Amino acid sequence: MNTGIQAPPGIWWKPAHRSEKVWVGIAFAWCMVLFAMMPLWHLKGEQNPAGLRYKVDPQRYMERTQEFITAYQVGEDNGIPVVAPPPGSEVYLVGMMWRWTPVLKLQKGATYRLHLSSMDVNHGFSLYPINANFQVVPGYDYGLKVTPTETGDLRIVCNEFCGIGHHMMVGRVIVEDSAAAPAVPAAPANGGAE
Amino acid sequence: MTGLAEKTPGAVSRAVFRICPTTGLKVNSQADALIKAHAVVATVSLLVGGIAAIGVLLTRWQAVHLLPAEWFYRILTIHGMSMLIFFIIFFEMAVLYFASAVLLNSRVATPKLGWAAFGLMVLGAVMTEVEMWRGKADVLFTSYVPLRASPAYYLGIILFAVGALVTVCIFFGTLVVARREKTYRGSVPLVTFGAMTAAIIAVITLGHGAAIYIPTFLWSIGVIGNVDPEMYRMVWWALGHSSQQINVAAMVSIWYLLGALTVGAVVLNEKISRTAFVLYILFISMASAHHLLVDPGFGPAWKVWNTSYAMYLAVLASMVHGFTVPAGMEVGQRLRGFGKGLFEWLRKAPWGDPGFSSLVFSVVVFGFVGGITGVTFGTEQINIIAHNTLRIPGHFHATVVSGTAMAFMGLTYYVIPLIFRKQVAFWPLAKIQPYLFAIGMLVFSMAMTFAGTFGVPRRHWDISFTDAPFDVQFSPAVALLIGVMALGGLLAAAGGGIYILVTVWSVFFGKPLVAGAVTGVPQGISSPPRYLPETVKTIEDENRSAWGMAPGTMVLVFVFLAAFVTYYFVNWKLLAALWRIH
Repeated sequence: MNTGIQAPPGIWWKPAHRSEKVWVGIAFAWCMVLFAMMPLWHLKGEQNPAGLRYKVDPQRYMERTQEFITAYQVGEDNGIPVVAPPPGSEVYLVGMMWRWTPVLKLQKGATYRLHLSSMDVNHGFSLYPINANFQVVPGYDYGLKVTPTETGDLRIVCNEFCGIGHHMMVGRVIVEDSAAAPAVPAAPANGGAE
Repeated sequence: MTGLAEKTPGAVSRAVFRICPTTGLKVNSQADALIKAHAVVATVSLLVGGIAAIGVLLTRWQAVHLLPAEWFYRILTIHGMSMLIFFIIFFEMAVLYFASAVLLNSRVATPKLGWAAFGLMVLGAVMTEVEMWRGKADVLFTSYVPLRASPAYYLGIILFAVGALVTVCIFFGTLVVARREKTYRGSVPLVTFGAMTAAIIAVITLGHGAAIYIPTFLWSIGVIGNVDPEMYRMVWWALGHSSQQINVAAMVSIWYLLGALTVGAVVLNEKISRTAFVLYILFISMASAHHLLVDPGFGPAWKVWNTSYAMYLAVLASMVHGFTVPAGMEVGQRLRGFGKGLFEWLRKAPWGDPGFSSLVFSVVVFGFVGGITGVTFGTEQINIIAHNTLRIPGHFHATVVSGTAMAFMGLTYYVIPLIFRKQVAFWPLAKIQPYLFAIGMLVFSMAMTFAGTFGVPRRHWDISFTDAPFDVQFSPAVALLIGVMALGGLLAAAGGGIYILVTVWSVFFGKPLVAGAVTGVPQGISSPPRYLPETVKTIEDENRSAWGMAPGTMVLVFVFLAAFVTYYFVNWKLLAALWRIH
């Protein structure tokens, strides 16, 4: 036997001892479990970061967000429009230096297509306190189908460095019981932009 | 061939060697000098990065909140570049010279080019540092476009990378020279083989670095109109993450090296260990995907395949080394006569040898904390509850600091006497340094990881959100965890400070090494590990038992597996509590 700093003499391609083979075998089996879990969760699990993904011109995305705000705005909070979209609708959220627009009012148990994009640099969508995190990239639209499972007053913390005002970039999401939610205007004929 | 045959004898006669009294290796004077130069600059970078680390730590610790926002992000950029790029790569270049020229008794292939490459690396590093300190590059380590730094910042990194690439090529050249000049017999030692895999990964990595920094540099001077932000993230991380895999390969090589020097660790099976290194080369560059799992630019199939390094084959490699390294140490100890029961080899180990204690901490913290969290957070769906939270820096401080930097520190205690031929100064401090640093970093990274599970963001100046339009009320546990993180970080900083003091003092003002010195010399040098003749036969007998030659390690790896499985499935459970997201 030799150490790792000695040149091994002769032919070193020799069968391993059984104990070593056992560990390699167990480690390999565990690696296969690790691998299988991801496709399996796509089939059976309820949290998958797949979504719709496509390139988008930031200006065009901003226009869609404006249309969305105009259609469903119910108020204003800290100078940011508050929007209550109907269940099943396309929801647009935009990150820019250094705020999230608009404030979203969602209903528990309802499903939405939540679009995320940025006007300028990378931002990080971090939903607090449930701790769900997604990257927000300028020029790309990330359309995630989300279903809030609990009511609450949530925050969107920016968790990707986006310049000197990064720490001021906090948005808001309110999730209400569907019964308690105020009546929302009917969706326009085009059902949002898509 | 004839041309080479004529040149070679001349080159050989010009090369100057000394015989190392401890290892019996022939050490080339140029290799000696190049290793020293790289090690000194690495330590200077560590000092710069360390000062920055304290600034970052004392700002994130909200109770102190030391720096204004602008300086926080500046110092954070400096911390990342100085540590992850300059400190680590300068040190790795020294390791490459050591693993090629020194371990193979060879001359350096082209020493003059080696010095030119070193000069280029220093120039690049200085350019980049100057730009960062001037506030012309407040873009953080990742410099995601369209955040823009000054052209000189990108150019500095490019020059540094070119220098590193040339050094890697000289390493390959030295391997060829050693082979042609027959300076060793048989195959290259495992440590050299591991360093070679690190060098190959370095070529892949630096190629990606060129592919992203050159266009970004051109964009910064206005030649290119636009660099796609998502493409940037993908290619940049093929540099950013793959360079961490150079570290892993280099670190594992150092594990084998320190094991051999401190306790005479054997290589259980060359085939298994070398195959594991090859798995790193084949699959590890795919880890760029770890950073893109919740990005809009990539689909699930791409994410699943790449984040798992093609079905976790690089993780398999680490799990193999995680067994063979301690098992080799166990067998080495048993051969030295510490063979009672399962764990006498650990109880009777040279815990006062800072090379040994560093090695053990590096293996344990890298595996148990860094490895387990890394694989878990790198799972496509689990990344939703980890991405860009404090869990991520918690993870990589356990890998690259507690693992790689700790291993580098341990090796330094051997490099000082073996290469600089000095006694280690402040010997009692040097002996406790690994304990301070390792325990501090362990507390630091675990507290950080747990704070991250509450959703605390990484890279954030003010998590009290004083200036934000909406308040964010973290759980009181977060303030406690951040406080614990700060204490751990300060302890580690003390350990890091002692390391710099000891190395700088030893190198510049240290006593020359004298034969028979006990203080200031690690045990592996003052009394090198010797096997007892009678134990060799016993080991052969034990070899026939089902538990093999290293039953103690067998128990330890199953403890590791249990921790891994538990942490992994707890995270799936946490994920399942989230909103439904598709």
